[in-house]
Amino acid sequence: MDLNNKVVGLIFASLHDSSVMELTKQRTMGSILFGGRYRLIDFPLSNMVNSGVSEVGVITKSNYGSLMDHLGSGREWDLARKRGGLHLLPPFSQEGGGIYRGRLEALNNVWNYVGNAQADYVILADCDIITTIDFQKVIEYHNEKNADITIVYAKGKINAEEGNVGDVLQLNEDGKVADILINPEFTGECNRSLDMFVVGKDFLKKIVKEAASKGEYSLTKHVLQAKKSEYNFYGYEHDGYYTKVDSMRSYYKANLDIINFENRCKLFKSDMPIYTKVRDNAPVKYGLDSDVMNSVIADGCIIEGKVENSVLFRDVVVKEGAVVKNCVLQQGTVVGEDSSVDSVITDKNVEIGAEKVLTGSSDYPLYIGKNAKI
Amino acid sequence: MFTKKKCVAMLLAGGQGSRLYALTQNVAKPAVPFGGKYRLIDFPLSNCTNSGIDTVGVLTQYQPLVLNEYIGNGQPWDLDKLNGGVHVLPPYETQAGASWYEGTANAIYQNMRFIERYNPEYVIVLGGDHIYKMDYSKMVDFHIENNADCTISVIDVPRSEASRFGIMICDENNKVTDFVEKPKEPKSTLASMGIYVFSWEKLRKYLIENENEANEKRAKGENWSKDFGKDIITSMLRDGQRLFAYEFEGYWKDVGTLDSLWEANMDLLSPSLPLDLYDPSWKIYSRTNNMPPQYIGSNAEVENSMITEGSVVDGEVDFSIIFSGVTIEEGATVNYSILMPGTVVKKGAVVEYAIVGQDCVVESGAKIGLSPESVENRDDWGIAVVGHNVTISEGKEVLPKQIISENI
Repeated sequence: MDLNNKVVGLIFASLHDSSVMELTKQRTMGSILFGGRYRLIDFPLSNMVNSGVSEVGVITKSNYGSLMDHLGSGREWDLARKRGGLHLLPPFSQEGGGIYRGRLEALNNVWNYVGNAQADYVILADCDIITTIDFQKVIEYHNEKNADITIVYAKGKINAEEGNVGDVLQLNEDGKVADILINPEFTGECNRSLDMFVVGKDFLKKIVKEAASKGEYSLTKHVLQAKKSEYNFYGYEHDGYYTKVDSMRSYYKANLDIINFENRCKLFKSDMPIYTKVRDNAPVKYGLDSDVMNSVIADGCIIEGKVENSVLFRDVVVKEGAVVKNCVLQQGTVVGEDSSVDSVITDKNVEIGAEKVLTGSSDYPLYIGKNAKI
Repeated sequence: MFTKKKCVAMLLAGGQGSRLYALTQNVAKPAVPFGGKYRLIDFPLSNCTNSGIDTVGVLTQYQPLVLNEYIGNGQPWDLDKLNGGVHVLPPYETQAGASWYEGTANAIYQNMRFIERYNPEYVIVLGGDHIYKMDYSKMVDFHIENNADCTISVIDVPRSEASRFGIMICDENNKVTDFVEKPKEPKSTLASMGIYVFSWEKLRKYLIENENEANEKRAKGENWSKDFGKDIITSMLRDGQRLFAYEFEGYWKDVGTLDSLWEANMDLLSPSLPLDLYDPSWKIYSRTNNMPPQYIGSNAEVENSMITEGSVVDGEVDFSIIFSGVTIEEGATVNYSILMPGTVVKKGAVVEYAIVGQDCVVESGAKIGLSPESVENRDDWGIAVVGHNVTISEGKEVLPKQIISENI
């Protein structure tokens, strides 16, 4: 099946911004740096492109300068197209709203774009889930079930200490959604929504316009919960590797998780590459006394010290005698001579001078803001 | 309608690179991988872009498939332009018949129409097999200041090596008075780097003259070549044209042989190397494939090396250049070697003083190369070379100086 021009992808770049306030102070959720060389939006965007989608709209809200800079014309995702391609959809006020409160409202604001897209299906995705998924299979399932909306979920455990659980699906044996719970208070195995949806364009139009006329805005609350018996909502199980960024702690863990070789293989498949902006960095240079173990290191880094269990983004410098352990060091971080950093997250271009000692803890990593000099 | 360009670059990329043996079996020399994530042609192409030259003709002839694919629309080098940009120029058929490029001058001669479309004042002629960073715009300025007809960039080489190069003999104003190809007793140490700036009108005249002269001589059964150094430069000198030598200071390395290719890669690991690949103001651009950052495992020991994205290293790596997507398993050892993209070195294998081509598999216990110290007779020592897509089976050995291009 050729998906070209039959599907339009919509990515919400700014939903969940508030869950990682430190990182979204100067950017959107979608432009948070992840995994050494990526930004979170690279995952849903690459998944769509690898699933044959050639028209994608990115819905933004505020602080989207870094996102625009990252996406450019969409060329790196093969989305600089005459037919379809990438469209950035900044806040656009149709009826005085402008800034949206939920998915439905956001969709109503950009309906001009969606309505004009040459598509039968719409894929909706957020930027807080890091995974590799083939949307073709979701659409096939959607058709097979004759669903109105298909929600992608994954089986997962909820731990007691987890704050924001997200939506949980209760399904009948056929996979039909019996109920959907928002941030339920329980622990253990459940079907966690990955906030990815496949929906027919006409049906989406109907619910978006209906919601607008009633002043409703939330897809989960006003449609999936309220109309579960009226329509056919199905759950599609995604059994691949996934991780969700909903706090500084989970952001930290998500980064360190890709050091694990099994996770790395599941997330970065050779037939479904994750695309990102190319920065033309030179290869990593390891100095005479470098000592690196169990770490993920992006191009452009220069390492002369010791690095252990860490993720280093592009252009990080670890000087002689420095020790970096359990850290997530974003692009351009410099760790000075004989400094020691443990369980630290640095934002972009942080400079840590010589002989400094910075220590966080594994469940509460120390975060150092953009451009800070220590 | 073409906009006038001040300077058009013509990059000679058709050579076979026969002295790279197995590495250029199926690829043109300029497409040979270098320095962890580059190919040789990235250096002149990036220099062009960084120097503000946005129109480049790449003359290809030998095994152009990989090179053409690599250059593509020129986007990685910012050479996908509405006006100008990079153009691959293979030989083609005309009403008068078809012919291969018969030398460097003839290759440009056959593409004069390409140059004329941009009506340039200057043409810069470049090679595709040198590693260096150079601001060509300064050389063009030098050419203009001296009111030159041709400017040749030169580098001061040690006297002992001068007889390997084309040597320029100059007066005190850098005006070239004589040119000798590989002299036995060099009168100067200024070696030609194979980079020429010509005033286009002059070059055009000499290309046509040389072509006609060569054809006449050939018709009479005499030998006559169509090369830049040998013919065009010599003729211009004979006619008293203004030729100047532009002295280049900095790192420049010819990588025409396996030894020099290995050395140039090893040079990158030297802390005192005057070629900074990490300088953001003069990046070397390349076409990359989308791979995750490299993973250095718990058993890895990596020192004094360059490693590129997509690689997975769990063994010992010292003084080596590792390209993208290479796997070095636990217990494998790689020293003083170059591993090109996609190669796998399995547990217990040892690779020393070697160049291993793309997508090779070195099975457990296999051994490639030896250190100079462990060879009794120093004359028996040399770099071991494995071509592209070759499997070295379990327990097999590749000796120093050996070149392997098929599975063993």
